[in-house]
Amino acid sequence: MGKGKTIAEKIFSRHAGRQVKAGDIAICNVDFCFGQDGTSSIIIDSFKKLGNAKPFNKKKFYMVIDHSAPSPNMAVSKIHQKMRNFARETGVGMYDIGEGVCHQLIPEEGQVVCGDLVLGADSHTCTYGAINVLSTGVGSTDLAITLASGKNWFRVPETVKIIVNGKIPKGVYSKDIILHIIGLFGANGCTYKSVEFYGEAIESLSVDARLTISNMAVEMGAKSGLMKADKKVLSWVKKHSKRHPRPIKADNDANYIEVTKLDISKLSPQVACPHTVDNVKSVKKLKDIKIDQAFLGTCTNGRLEDLRIAASIIRNRKIHKDVKFIIAPASKKIYLDAIREGLVNTFVTNGCTVLSPGCGPCVGTHCGVPADNEIVISTANRNFKGRMGNPSSFIYLASPATVAASALTGKITDPRKYL
Amino acid sequence: MKLKGKALRLPVNDNVNTDYVISGRYKFKITDPKELAKYIFEDIAPNFYSRIKKGDFIVAGENFGCGSSREQAPQTIKAAGVSAVIAKGYARIFYRNSFNIGLALIECDTDSIEDGDLLEVDIKDGTLINKTKNVKLFTNPIPPVMRKLLDDGGVIRHFKKHGGFKF
Repeated sequence: MGKGKTIAEKIFSRHAGRQVKAGDIAICNVDFCFGQDGTSSIIIDSFKKLGNAKPFNKKKFYMVIDHSAPSPNMAVSKIHQKMRNFARETGVGMYDIGEGVCHQLIPEEGQVVCGDLVLGADSHTCTYGAINVLSTGVGSTDLAITLASGKNWFRVPETVKIIVNGKIPKGVYSKDIILHIIGLFGANGCTYKSVEFYGEAIESLSVDARLTISNMAVEMGAKSGLMKADKKVLSWVKKHSKRHPRPIKADNDANYIEVTKLDISKLSPQVACPHTVDNVKSVKKLKDIKIDQAFLGTCTNGRLEDLRIAASIIRNRKIHKDVKFIIAPASKKIYLDAIREGLVNTFVTNGCTVLSPGCGPCVGTHCGVPADNEIVISTANRNFKGRMGNPSSFIYLASPATVAASALTGKITDPRKYL
Repeated sequence: MKLKGKALRLPVNDNVNTDYVISGRYKFKITDPKELAKYIFEDIAPNFYSRIKKGDFIVAGENFGCGSSREQAPQTIKAAGVSAVIAKGYARIFYRNSFNIGLALIECDTDSIEDGDLLEVDIKDGTLINKTKNVKLFTNPIPPVMRKLLDDGGVIRHFKKHGGFKF
């Protein structure tokens, strides 16, 4: 057993003001916290139940309206109104409709930097692990406690180290890598654990592509999906934030509960099949699965390079006549960049429906609920039965390239012949 | 604290996610937990609500409550009259959320428990007796932090009572 510490142990130690190790219970200061429109209503209720509570810091709490935005019905409008009123009353931060998905906005707006401890009332808060932030999802009441006190309690997690080696083959993207890993570990493979991702394949990826990997760490139960702050991360963070990054490295003799090495140089595009994220198969094995809808977007794959990949595949080609291709950029900034680069023109001209920035149809509240027996291929992170609003539909998860290629042919398709 | 009720099994055993507990299409429309409870487990077990009698237990396998952070999941289970969930293991956000709102989660090997079995659980000493099968099951003790939250009636009451966290 080494005496060194993992990234999680170091970040929790920093925020607890004392040295802690895996298994310890630590009360920590939190650098930033937020909720979204599916969780903020209960945050507000719980916060009020605390009695005379005040936000610990108005600039370190934001509410994001992204899951069901703009509002599809009166009930959701009421929730959104409650959030806006709370922001006005207390002076806390707010990203309203059209701004984007919380997990894109929060790093993009520079709210979080390397070495931070961040809580979000959303399970995919682990996304910022890619920029060396220990960020994790909690429920609304936990978040309300943090909003009032700036603190929360944590059990310091054990860490699983995953080393991804090999040159990433053409047509294979970070989404394929993380789907492959989830398939290996299973939905319960890293429950309560922190994951650290290393290896030349990870290093070769852009920061945007790495965010896709950390985003899905929770799909194998992980508390966080951390990466080191290399030059790419530091320059990304400096570009987006005025705050000073305080990167954390794991010690060479850190204790890992498990170390897994993978070589992905022969990996093919991967697809998670209904109805679990760990039901992962190579696209080559999925023959003649007709699709009715394709969806590109979400906190997993709605970034500019995802839109670029999809546009490059559908440019000068026609979307299959039986397919509805829905696209939601992950933020307003991405949307504007996509307009400037002509991507939106390509999408709309070729028959795609482009939604305003936000979660789109991912959570099944609006903007593309499938009909009975319809099959959807999506770049999102969850394919649970009923996830998109209809328990009689089927959801496959894949990379933006696989989704775009499938939209062309009308069935699940290996994207490599279109690249 | 002794809890008594019958075991309710679901068509899915492992990895019962929070979307299954309460679908996203309801949690955005309905804010009253008692109203939400009518749609509990609807996507995997239609009309499940009508099977629940006050005090019953949801019994499942590994990684119960995985997926979304929605606190509506344990809220809905509690509002439906379920006294505790008994499973082999839990996903971490659901685990915290449940104790935060005062819903007990029992960890044990659930393979031998069948739908309809009458169970008696003592939260304090961790004994679980399957009255129907007349067997005693070993449960993992509830960690001290979670016990404290449960004893104080959830995290809000704990926080107010102690003026912060006190473990």
